[in-house]
Amino acid sequence: MKILVNGTPREVPETTTVADLLSQLEMTASHVAVEVNLELVPRARHHEFQLREADRLEVVTLVGGG
Amino acid sequence: MTAGAHIPDTQLGDHLQVGTHSLASRLIVGTGKYASYELMGEALALSGTDCITVAVRRERLVDARGQNILDFLDTSRYTLLPNTAGCFSAEDAVRVARLGREILFGLENPGADWVKLEVLADTKTLLPDPVATLQATELLVADGFQVLCYTSDDPIVARRLKQAGATSVMPAGSPIGSGQGILNPNNIRICLEYLKDGDPDYPVIVDAGVGTASDVTIAMELGVDGVLLNTGIAHATDPLQMALAMKAGIEAGRLAYLAGRIPKKLYATASSPETGTIAPKPR
Repeated sequence: MKILVNGTPREVPETTTVADLLSQLEMTASHVAVEVNLELVPRARHHEFQLREADRLEVVTLVGGG
Repeated sequence: MTAGAHIPDTQLGDHLQVGTHSLASRLIVGTGKYASYELMGEALALSGTDCITVAVRRERLVDARGQNILDFLDTSRYTLLPNTAGCFSAEDAVRVARLGREILFGLENPGADWVKLEVLADTKTLLPDPVATLQATELLVADGFQVLCYTSDDPIVARRLKQAGATSVMPAGSPIGSGQGILNPNNIRICLEYLKDGDPDYPVIVDAGVGTASDVTIAMELGVDGVLLNTGIAHATDPLQMALAMKAGIEAGRLAYLAGRIPKKLYATASSPETGTIAPKPR
């Protein structure tokens, strides 16, 4: 199925969870926060949160800023 | 008399209290715009700060260097203050604040419960949108955040933000990154008068516009509780020396404020005795 991650289309298997996606992207879970369709998905729910077709995800981290 | 007797009690253990956060330094330093993360780390250490701001941005899906600021920050040493920089609506600012909180919870950093709220109105001036800032303050306070509000130096807006529950109001000295210093000290004075009326410990922090150490000192001499800056250090020709200068500037300004400056007068007052001179005075 197709999802949108940080504005970029991405093809993922049907049963992909948020945790699966972060693992595919080789991201350190403690360094990021994830929003699906404008709603924050808390880290504790990453393993159970199933993604669906056309979900729009934001995967954010901390960067330098003032 | 010992040397220690000259130090006023207020200076011993002087710290910046912002909501539930107690900071040893009155300088809050941003982590943006440094030439490298290594330089950033050194500058932060030299500035003496124990509170640093960070921004929340999309994780790059492909990062050739694989660097993350978190690999260069000792998060046990600094309280992180996540900002909502780059937001132009109350809704987006609330989203970004929640995302920042989620990351800081994961890091077990004490900064997870506060946010530097920044809701901008346009990209040219980076001036805050006062209406959206007020809306976002109300939403974030209701969501349990301690909100530190970046705002203009308008005393009326400052007062409204405090009434909305802001933990600290942070008027800009001048536009973000402009290096123009404190353009309207009288507005900062009125902000202080209004915000501290009957509430002298309410923290007021000058945020933005600082270009050099004297700007920090001037802000502190006005009686603000702290200064937040980034570009002034990060883009100085030598950021490490400037970090030291900013540290000295904040201490000088704080001490001068506590000491109480002499009033300004139009005419001179002699420092040496006017009697007993061997020279006759001119008529």
